[in-house]
Amino acid sequence: MRDKISSSPVLSVVSKILFAPIIIFGLYVQFHGDYGPGGGFQAGVIVAAAFILYSMIFGLSKGETLVPIMINRYLMCIGVLLYAGVGIVSIFLDGMYLDYNVLSSDPSTGQHIGIILVELGVGITVATVMIALYHSFASFGEINE
Amino acid sequence: MNFLLINFFLISLLLVTTFFIFKTTSLISVVALTGAFTLLCSAIYVNLDAVDVAFTEAAVGSGISTILMVMAAAKLPEGKKNKLLNLFPSIILAVAISLILIIIIANLPLLGDPNAPIHLHVVPEYLKESKDFFHIPNVVTNILASYRGFDTLGETIVIFTAGLGVIALLTSNTLNRKTNFKKNKKNER
Repeated sequence: MRDKISSSPVLSVVSKILFAPIIIFGLYVQFHGDYGPGGGFQAGVIVAAAFILYSMIFGLSKGETLVPIMINRYLMCIGVLLYAGVGIVSIFLDGMYLDYNVLSSDPSTGQHIGIILVELGVGITVATVMIALYHSFASFGEINE
Repeated sequence: MNFLLINFFLISLLLVTTFFIFKTTSLISVVALTGAFTLLCSAIYVNLDAVDVAFTEAAVGSGISTILMVMAAAKLPEGKKNKLLNLFPSIILAVAISLILIIIIANLPLLGDPNAPIHLHVVPEYLKESKDFFHIPNVVTNILASYRGFDTLGETIVIFTAGLGVIALLTSNTLNRKTNFKKNKKNER
């Protein structure tokens, strides 16, 4: 599977054209989640879909150069830590855990900041976990290195 | 009227898909049909005005999980056909579960009933407050990230743990990496 790169030019051209718009749509869903349907979970899956498409068409090793495995794993942790960190910060600002009101002088703005940061953490974790799942599924049963 | 017609159409398509999932023997077709099934489910959610749920179902259910299932199916060895098992116990079980579900559905409140218990507990407060206080139009986001922040933190950790588990189980060079790690540590000293 690692070296089985699609030879069809149609697939590679179409996936090259689609790659950027998929990621931009994912970012739109991520940051527009306050105003329309969407949020961290959906955005993470959409961004991951772009990277999975890339590794499907151009082969797993190219996909791993695009998203190195270790960086992917660090990002998995960073997403969860960002979410939990927002809670810790609100404790230090004399609030309760995950109480976003204290993040800014105006409680409403504080809620905005908190929700955006938390959704970003969710998005990072979901996207990287999906990429990691795909890569472990696709490389399963191969003798590496 | 339109609502009913669309729902009727989608649910009959759902039944057809279920029938073919039951009939096919090829693993890849089952995966593809399951993807179609979840896509139909998300259409039903759109029809019920649950856009956020529909979005998640379309992205996760029919997108990523279909891809992962295809990958898993491609890794499996060529399947040999099972002999037809004794279907009698499973038929009895299926009929019993459907009877229980039908009884439960008969006792559920009607669709869109304003006096249903779920609309009387905390929902009015959330709807009122999130308009005045958060200035965020999407109430689902408010509930998900702010009112139910702990739940969402838990969900994120569940996803993270699932990823860790799959990596630990499926990464074939875990042992190699372990020895490399030890070597690196020695070098650092």
